[in-house]
Amino acid sequence: MQNVFSRPKGLTELPFHYCPGCTHGIIHRLIGEVLAELNIIEDTIGVAPVGCAGFSLDFFSCDFVGAAHGRAQAVATGIKRALPEKLVFTYQGDGDICAIGTSHAIHVAARAEKITSIMVNNAVFGMTGGQMAPTTLDGQITTTSPYGRDCNVVGSPIDLPKIIATMQGAAYVAAVSVDSPKNILAAKKAIKKGFQVQQAGLGFAFISILSTCPTNWGLSPVDSIKWLQQHMLPVYQMGELKLPEEGRNHD
Amino acid sequence: MDKRLIKGNEAIAEAAIRAGCKLFFGYPITPSTEIMEYLAKHMPKAGGIVLQGEDEVASINMCYGAAATGARVMTASSSPGFSLKQEGLSYLAAAELPVVVVNVNRTGPGLGGLGPAQSDYFQCTKGGGHGDYRLIVLAPSKGQELYDYTMQAFDLADQYRNPVLILADGFLGQMMEPIEFKERPQLELPDKDWKTDGCRGRSKRKIASYALTNEIGEAHCLYWQTKYMQIKEDEQRWESFYTDDAEYLLVGYGTCGRIAKSVVLHARQQGLKLGLIRPITVWPFPEKAFAPCLNTVKGIVTIELNAGQMIEDVQLAVQCKMPVHLYSRQGGMLPTEGEIWEYVSRVFQLTPPEEE
Repeated sequence: MQNVFSRPKGLTELPFHYCPGCTHGIIHRLIGEVLAELNIIEDTIGVAPVGCAGFSLDFFSCDFVGAAHGRAQAVATGIKRALPEKLVFTYQGDGDICAIGTSHAIHVAARAEKITSIMVNNAVFGMTGGQMAPTTLDGQITTTSPYGRDCNVVGSPIDLPKIIATMQGAAYVAAVSVDSPKNILAAKKAIKKGFQVQQAGLGFAFISILSTCPTNWGLSPVDSIKWLQQHMLPVYQMGELKLPEEGRNHD
Repeated sequence: MDKRLIKGNEAIAEAAIRAGCKLFFGYPITPSTEIMEYLAKHMPKAGGIVLQGEDEVASINMCYGAAATGARVMTASSSPGFSLKQEGLSYLAAAELPVVVVNVNRTGPGLGGLGPAQSDYFQCTKGGGHGDYRLIVLAPSKGQELYDYTMQAFDLADQYRNPVLILADGFLGQMMEPIEFKERPQLELPDKDWKTDGCRGRSKRKIASYALTNEIGEAHCLYWQTKYMQIKEDEQRWESFYTDDAEYLLVGYGTCGRIAKSVVLHARQQGLKLGLIRPITVWPFPEKAFAPCLNTVKGIVTIELNAGQMIEDVQLAVQCKMPVHLYSRQGGMLPTEGEIWEYVSRVFQLTPPEEE
């Protein structure tokens, strides 16, 4: 019998622990496929965040380091500077990279740090139980914005890819989503480019991925996808926000 | 013999290069900045990298990443910046990553001033971040020791897979002294068979510090404590100065230990039996140094540049069998030999023995 579908080599055999309908699993698989297709599993060191994806270090088959909350990009910088020939990526939630980790997000881009960062944006803090994040939408109800986010009081959502795209050291910035098969394929392409940009030594690569949190949104998996499409896609700028300049040479 | 007149901070930096340190991540803060400045100039020539982080939090976490790859790595700061590194130090201790950290103690709390102080003693010796962890803390008292202890710190860090702290102060860091550049000792150190440097030809590794199951959490804690007990047993270091026949003792580390030596010599010239215990490791605190003195010494004065912090460890070490007094200066002030002697002779009612 022909094997038409199997677990990518970039993932370990360990079953995911994520909630039903959570899109971490899809994103994990995409990264696992990219690691295998680029044949870089043995040359890659990942950095895990704090939050639901804190256990991602068990799911990928490359070496992995667990960072403190928000610090993954600083840790990745240390790894990359020590091992410039290896590939280093961070996997972070929006609560991790857009709140406590903001300064590191800005400065890895400023330094053109040759790492790849993947942000999984579900508009809430997930593991702690659905609190308001910098990415929470206007009017969105969370446990710490029980009457809905009031932008007059706490400001508007941060669109981090847009900020990072303005920075010279950011070689590749993409904002993608995993709400449909078409978008999932586009997300995989972006992730792959993010690693290839690092391989070419062009600078910092940043991929933001819109994601769901059925548990904390209080919605079914299917309704969560609809909510993402109705509420998140119109707010966050999507697409490839920055591409490496043709023939740009940093050497 | 390679001997040069350089600043204490530069002695630390030169020792790091010669100890095989390949990466330094830092952030400027007085009075420790010459460490990074010296390394920025000299480390690239030795095949190393110096990177200025966006803040102390970034710097210590960069150290975490570099140490995870098995490289020798260092950071340096002073009190307010050292406070910012506490989160990272807790994680480094938990992940058992060897990093050498320097704290050139200035005054506090808050922004404080730039003068010498020992007011970070509690923070440095009791674990300044969250959780039950310990750093090995070496306290040099002069330029040559800044060099020597830094060299040792890298080996201790690798030997125990633990962060090691060099605790200096603004006086030591800024003072110029002749330093002999000794070569790195050849030691048998354990293989870094835990490092995450890419899993080519081996199974994947991970470095993390979480334990969300209480049973596993307790097992981790018991393991760490076993390691700390071992360090406590094997690594207590101190200098005993005229202690064999001493009736009274001074206890001081770092700059205070150095000044106290002159006080002891002054007393001895007058025929008074004063001695000094100078802790070299302030964690583990050298309690063993006090064992021979428990029944012979009548009293102790600790000399400290704080409101009285190390005195608590001294009181524990002597099991409250004798009075322990404090002579302290704060806020960047240093005591003179005469001021210390005036206090010690008054508190113990010391008068020179009558001429026969």
